[in-house]
Amino acid sequence: MKRKTLRTLAAAAGVVAALAGAGSALAQAKEQFVPVLVYRTGPYAPNGTPWANGFVDYLKLVNARDGGIGGVKIIWEECETGYATDRGVECYERLKGKGPTGAAAFNPLSTGITFALTDKALVDKIPIVTMGYGRSESADGEAFPYNFPLLGSYWVAADILVQHLGKVNGGLDKLRGKKVALVYHDSPFGREPIPLLQERGKMHGFELTTLPVTHPGVEQKAAWLQIRQSRPDYVLLWGWGVMNAAAIREAVATGFPRDRMYGVWWAGAEPDVTPVGADAKGYHALALQHGAGISKVHQDILKQVHDKGQGTGPKDEVGQVLYTRGMMNAMLVVEGIKRAQDRYGKKPLKGEEVRWGLENLTLTQDKLDALGFAGVMRPVTTVCRDHQGSQWGRVHTWDGAKWNFSSDWYEADMSILRPMIRKTADAYLAEKKLTRRDCAADVAAQGAAAKK
Amino acid sequence: MLYRENGQFKTSYAADQQLLPIVQDRFFVWGLVLLAFVAVPLFASDYWFRALIVPFLILSIAAIGLNILVGYCGQISLGHAGFMAVGAYAAYNLVVRVPEVNFLLALVVAGAAAALVGVFFGIPSLRIKGLYLSVATLAAQFFLDWVFIRVKWFTNYSPSGSVSTSPVELFGWVIDAPRDKYWFVLAIVVVMTVAAKNLTRGAIGRSWMAIRDMDVAAEVIGIRPMHAKLTAFAVSAFFAGVAGALWGFVHLGAWEPLAFNVNLSFNLLFMIIIGGMGSILGSFFGAAFIVVLPLLLNQIPEWFGIPLSTAAISHLEFMIFGALIVLFLIAEPHGLARLWAIGKEKLRLWPFPH
Repeated sequence: MKRKTLRTLAAAAGVVAALAGAGSALAQAKEQFVPVLVYRTGPYAPNGTPWANGFVDYLKLVNARDGGIGGVKIIWEECETGYATDRGVECYERLKGKGPTGAAAFNPLSTGITFALTDKALVDKIPIVTMGYGRSESADGEAFPYNFPLLGSYWVAADILVQHLGKVNGGLDKLRGKKVALVYHDSPFGREPIPLLQERGKMHGFELTTLPVTHPGVEQKAAWLQIRQSRPDYVLLWGWGVMNAAAIREAVATGFPRDRMYGVWWAGAEPDVTPVGADAKGYHALALQHGAGISKVHQDILKQVHDKGQGTGPKDEVGQVLYTRGMMNAMLVVEGIKRAQDRYGKKPLKGEEVRWGLENLTLTQDKLDALGFAGVMRPVTTVCRDHQGSQWGRVHTWDGAKWNFSSDWYEADMSILRPMIRKTADAYLAEKKLTRRDCAADVAAQGAAAKK
Repeated sequence: MLYRENGQFKTSYAADQQLLPIVQDRFFVWGLVLLAFVAVPLFASDYWFRALIVPFLILSIAAIGLNILVGYCGQISLGHAGFMAVGAYAAYNLVVRVPEVNFLLALVVAGAAAALVGVFFGIPSLRIKGLYLSVATLAAQFFLDWVFIRVKWFTNYSPSGSVSTSPVELFGWVIDAPRDKYWFVLAIVVVMTVAAKNLTRGAIGRSWMAIRDMDVAAEVIGIRPMHAKLTAFAVSAFFAGVAGALWGFVHLGAWEPLAFNVNLSFNLLFMIIIGGMGSILGSFFGAAFIVVLPLLLNQIPEWFGIPLSTAAISHLEFMIFGALIVLFLIAEPHGLARLWAIGKEKLRLWPFPH
């Protein structure tokens, strides 16, 4: 009995020693640390896994093809959040100080975690990249210096979908009197588009009904009962994970035509439609910048990563919607670091320096072509004031076997979005007792520093 | 040998009735408090404070609250995360609407608001018992969840229903650094623990325990069931409300109604079952078990350099954690606090057990 106690004590001491060791800094190596927050378990795993595989595969590609970023190797570590906010915050705390210079940028992959990290990142000076999700008002770089909702937010997504509905009906004014139902995941993610849809509803006279679905979204009979009763003209689906397939199944059961359902980009990937099979045919979803398909960069990944047995996930996943999304997200972070290296030198950079890179991204079409992203996305330019960089999107449709683009490019109407962003960002600043950052002064200071 | 009370004579009632009658216990507890206030901040890293210690301390308060209700008064509640939410939103609304208010006052208001709501949802306990009561309190949980999601006023009309706070300030002391947060929370924990300990061994605590053990008998000897049950609900919800306000303001900083969902209620219940029902100390053990253990399990493979995929680690975490819960409950159904008590008894006989 006593010996056992001693052994337990020794084990406990070992754990404590290991903990103390984990805190100490690693040797100063030429490495840039990129934290990867993922969810490979839980109800969102079918969607979270391809995203994570795409992200990590791209980092592997950069190391294999280019020898890192400007000679600096990328190192990374995954941390499982399970889409839970508290675990996400724990992951952030665990990973923020790793590597020689700490975390370069976080990609929370959850709007809830983004909300929780926004204040912490401001103090720790680490950028939060939320590609296509997160808080919409954080496009305002003056109010949110460390948030980057690159390539658009939920307001952008909702705006594009309304424009598309207008086009399908032959003009936005034709939406008058139409009924639009929003079936949403009852979390900050799902509630985010409501203000914009209300605003647009007022402008064009369509009637918006909001139908919340509780996490994880397997049970949504109540929402669809209301749809059966009120017979809306269109259903917008703001779902994630198992909720999407469940919603399409409910639509089948309710007899709601799939070709009048539009999903946000989180509801527009292969895992959302394949479980439903042929019944999902005709379902539309937003593609914020990209869709499915193999482009040059995918071929590079197949050749340099998968063919060498280094692939993170199964090979046939390469080119899927969410895989590509993870890959693009990694590319934007890598390009941000690359841009920052132009200014601070080719060495491991701190989060604060990476932020400058993300804030001064100019990804022209030529650059994107060189990276192998031709046909995947449009050019992106960020500035201090605009952390979004681009607000374009298309709609794609599931034909029963694959996703096909079914619309032209739309650009979100910033004349509607900008005042809303400004108003919400100001409310945030007031609540937090923060002051707006002066972009003009910042840029002038940078210019002066560059001249020296 | 060392832990023995021989020769410690009590010469007054006060000496006999004090919180820790044995001198060694007093030394131990004072040493522990000193250690917590002085030594821990010297050695713990930011990660330890933010991810482990602060959440552990705050949930300990909530667990003590729930233990008062379930462990001492025998009324099951599955709505304590809801009461925590009441505390968090009460404090939030007070601070947003009256910015100059002192945070300590906001904490008291948070507790009071939760106590009121707690008493209201405690009323069914006068008629129903056991599992039926747990269902009634579960209704409270869902109702409160619903209120904070749907009634925009509580979240100050935030578009996504997520609220955020600025760092707590107390008499010019900005509580933002992890160490400051720790000290602040620790001080509150000490105050609340002493209060809970004294309440439970006073007249009111005895009436709770009498109700728990047999309500008819308690009524016969002159204890008013309504008074006893509702005070237990009020005190318990007060603790939960304070813990909720701390959870929101000090630990999370920004939260959504989902932060206080039914999972947290279950976790609190697990804490007191594993830690030990009817034991203040057990609440701490249980909170440590539920908060710290999963995170340790998640990181152990990495410390020993075992290459496992992220998914495998999380699955392992769930499996080992579940197995440990079962193991502890088989080994000691009365919880970790009982193990501690057994250890103390053994220590008194050591090194000459009969």
